[in-house]
Amino acid sequence: MKALKYIIPLAIFAALCVFLAIGLTKDPRKVPSPFIDKPAPAFAIAKLHEPEAKFSPADMKGKVWLLNVWASWCVSCRVEHPVLNDMNRRGLVPIVGLNYKDQRADATKWLKQHGDPYLFSVWDFDGKVGIDYGVYGAPETFVIDKQGIIRYKHIGPISPDDVEKIFLPLLARLNA
Amino acid sequence: MKRLLAPLLFAACLPAWGQSAEVAHPDPKVEARLKAIAHELRCLVCQNQTIADSDAPLAVDLRQQTRKMIAEGKSDDEIRSYMVDRYGDFVLYKPPFNAVTAVLWVGPPLLIVGGLAGLVVMLRRRRAATQEGAAPLDEKRRREIEALLASEGDSGPKA
Repeated sequence: MKALKYIIPLAIFAALCVFLAIGLTKDPRKVPSPFIDKPAPAFAIAKLHEPEAKFSPADMKGKVWLLNVWASWCVSCRVEHPVLNDMNRRGLVPIVGLNYKDQRADATKWLKQHGDPYLFSVWDFDGKVGIDYGVYGAPETFVIDKQGIIRYKHIGPISPDDVEKIFLPLLARLNA
Repeated sequence: MKRLLAPLLFAACLPAWGQSAEVAHPDPKVEARLKAIAHELRCLVCQNQTIADSDAPLAVDLRQQTRKMIAEGKSDDEIRSYMVDRYGDFVLYKPPFNAVTAVLWVGPPLLIVGGLAGLVVMLRRRRAATQEGAAPLDEKRRREIEALLASEGDSGPKA
């Protein structure tokens, strides 16, 4: 009975430590997306390089593809860009760019400078499509399957490690 | 010099307030409702601010979207579910009760009730203990105690 007096506070302290330790390993910026396993929201907006041509996600039906949110003002996108270029070189998956809240001229200049890994980019000047996709910080990447269902959302820049560990297995599974 | 510097620095901060390209709705009723709803919605860019407090571009966009929806006659619930559909429950400062948030909602009341129960038990026990101790000494024990105190005074360490 006497020992309980010491064990109980110690146990509470230990439990608190466990919870706090778990908390430390979590990134509060990574908010679970409500879009996983839901159809990709429809939109029809102009392409970045061809203002007259419109794109809508339905055009990609039957293909596994990535929708990558980027902008010329986005610093982390610069970090991610070489990885996207590499994915494109390896022909892993068609990547559609969603140019988010950007000036057309800035965006095209940026792609000229850093390389263009995209099948094409669409131009979301007012961020409307961004809102419909719950975008809150570029870069973000959606993996969309053949039926047009979002299977995965990557928040923040894709690292070379993410390509091998997350994207390759997922793409293989979705393409199977 | 310092007296001059403070207002100067303050003035230097002023232009920053006017930067967002936000246009208030002409109808004050719309703005009032926007204010109420915006205070319940989290800005996901700067996570500890509401979209009412934040000047992040996303917060400005979401305020603008909310304004539009209010003007279209959408109810508060419709606007809230519009946001939740896109950003998840995390966008709500008052999260709904479900399997994931159950601990969040039930935890604090449980802790309070548990703590109070523990306190009551402890106080009862203590009272019982002091009442026992307050029982009058019989003559034999009193002499024992006095003897002990006396011997303590002889052999105990001197201060």
